[in-house]
Amino acid sequence: MSNVLIVAEQAQGALKKATFHALGAGREVARRTGGKLVAAVLGAGVGGAAEELAAHGVEVRVADAPGLEHYLAESYAPVVAQLAKDVGATYVGAGATAFGKDLLPRVAARLEAAMATEVLGFAGDGGAVTFRRPMWAGNVLAEVELATPVKVFTVRTTEFQPAPREGQGSVVPVAASVDPAALRTRFVSFKEVKSERPELTDARIVVSGGRGTKGDFKEVEALADELGAAVGASRAAVDAGWVPNDWQVGQTGKVVAPELYVAAGISGAIQHLAGMKGSKVIVAVNKDPEAPIFALADYGLVADLFKALPELRAKIKAGK
Amino acid sequence: MPLKILVAAKRVEDPESKIKVKPDGSGIVTDGVNYKLNPFDEIAVEEGLRLKEKHGGEVVVASIGGDKSVTEIRAALAMGADRAILVKHDGPLDPVVVSAIFQKLFEQETPDLVLLGKQSIDDDQNQVGQYLAERLGLPQATFASKTESLESEAEQKKQPGLALAADGKTLEVVREVDGGVETLALRLPAVVTTDLRLNKPRFASLPGIMKAKKKEVKELAAASLGVDLAPKVVVKKLAEPPKRQGGVKVADVAELYEKLHAEAKVL
Repeated sequence: MSNVLIVAEQAQGALKKATFHALGAGREVARRTGGKLVAAVLGAGVGGAAEELAAHGVEVRVADAPGLEHYLAESYAPVVAQLAKDVGATYVGAGATAFGKDLLPRVAARLEAAMATEVLGFAGDGGAVTFRRPMWAGNVLAEVELATPVKVFTVRTTEFQPAPREGQGSVVPVAASVDPAALRTRFVSFKEVKSERPELTDARIVVSGGRGTKGDFKEVEALADELGAAVGASRAAVDAGWVPNDWQVGQTGKVVAPELYVAAGISGAIQHLAGMKGSKVIVAVNKDPEAPIFALADYGLVADLFKALPELRAKIKAGK
Repeated sequence: MPLKILVAAKRVEDPESKIKVKPDGSGIVTDGVNYKLNPFDEIAVEEGLRLKEKHGGEVVVASIGGDKSVTEIRAALAMGADRAILVKHDGPLDPVVVSAIFQKLFEQETPDLVLLGKQSIDDDQNQVGQYLAERLGLPQATFASKTESLESEAEQKKQPGLALAADGKTLEVVREVDGGVETLALRLPAVVTTDLRLNKPRFASLPGIMKAKKKEVKELAAASLGVDLAPKVVVKKLAEPPKRQGGVKVADVAELYEKLHAEAKVL
């Protein structure tokens, strides 16, 4: 049986949105293989999350144990691998988030499986599903085949629709005891970057700033707030210490695909383009008419962002 | 507490090179492409050197590839690594095979710490460190970073971002995760993969380059390690992504607003 197991991501019992996109991808794989879609939830106090997932018409295996409170690859991987065996999963997937990228290769090693990271789409059916994924910072699209009985993958969440609520699935508790004393990894702390703004990977509009801001993100943030948008940044802005790491859009940061992406003072290095070129409409505001970003932008404005952004903000305000 | 550190070093296409796919989709065009040490591995080498400078020990660089990989190995030795291992292998590799080879190297070298880049910028898989940790039953910390910015005083002092506890057996690692930063404590030996902001790699000095020529590079044939070398990630076909049509330049903010409002209908 070519069943599909999707590993849910949650924090403090609340499911992350990436989970629903991964579930959407899992549903497509299950349709191609003719197998069943099963979701796995691990954590402490995750009964509510399991119920919510089951409302999407899938069977949910839930490992709820105090020892699983903090996610650790070392403690989660054996539980997920065992679950995959229990449900006869030949495909095991998750969202290509920091969580999915940390955990799934470890699960794959346990299942002697090969893996495809950041999958954009699938082809084939039965046991021969292939994976379309980016290489060389998105400059190349590869079609890969995983030549192992079990196949593991993470999906780029912006490429898959979230699974709709359809039908009522079941919740199946799974025994998983974790002895923290036996672990060689210890969770010490988590420092959240707090924000009132929407999450970068999930926002309808993203306004990003780069080197051209010279460290002054006030106008970028003001425009974002006027639009109810998330704020992003180029690697240059993050590396300079101007804004938090978490804001970086690009090959090595976050991949976004909003309806509208405004790049202000960003030249458009390959690294950055890899993270935003899937956006529906791209606007570039840059003083340099030769900036590579203009080759990609639907609407380009050669201007000083410190003049153009407040003006655009005023227009939007007046248009409301 | 001296640390023996094994660092992975992969030869990759220079990210500044233009990558083009061969017309038949069987690979990329390598003519005119430059090669360099994978940028994330360069950060791993730097971190290994900083740990050694602070705690003493040895930094051993390991690479898997053809003869040409010696160039990138020498680059790491010129930065200050002590010696190197080149596992000779021509042809495609995948994370399953690479991690199996590194498992053998770990068993031969028994280091306290394995440092790898979080991903290589050619296949962008982001898997080898995690596979290796699981194969060896070791703790892992991926996406290692640090909280201070690169321009902080700590950076200038060239302190390592990875903090060895007083017991000499526990490593504290700050990780970049979604929504913030996380700190983990790992009991050594452990596997750590490096993110961009862990450090800023040093440039090799001329004396460093001269010295590197005399440092030991041990060559091993991959086939001698008893590892299945057949890739399990089989690349069937490569293609260039669809080109995005460049759009129009607008004259001023008023026109931009009008286009976004009336034409694109996103405002």
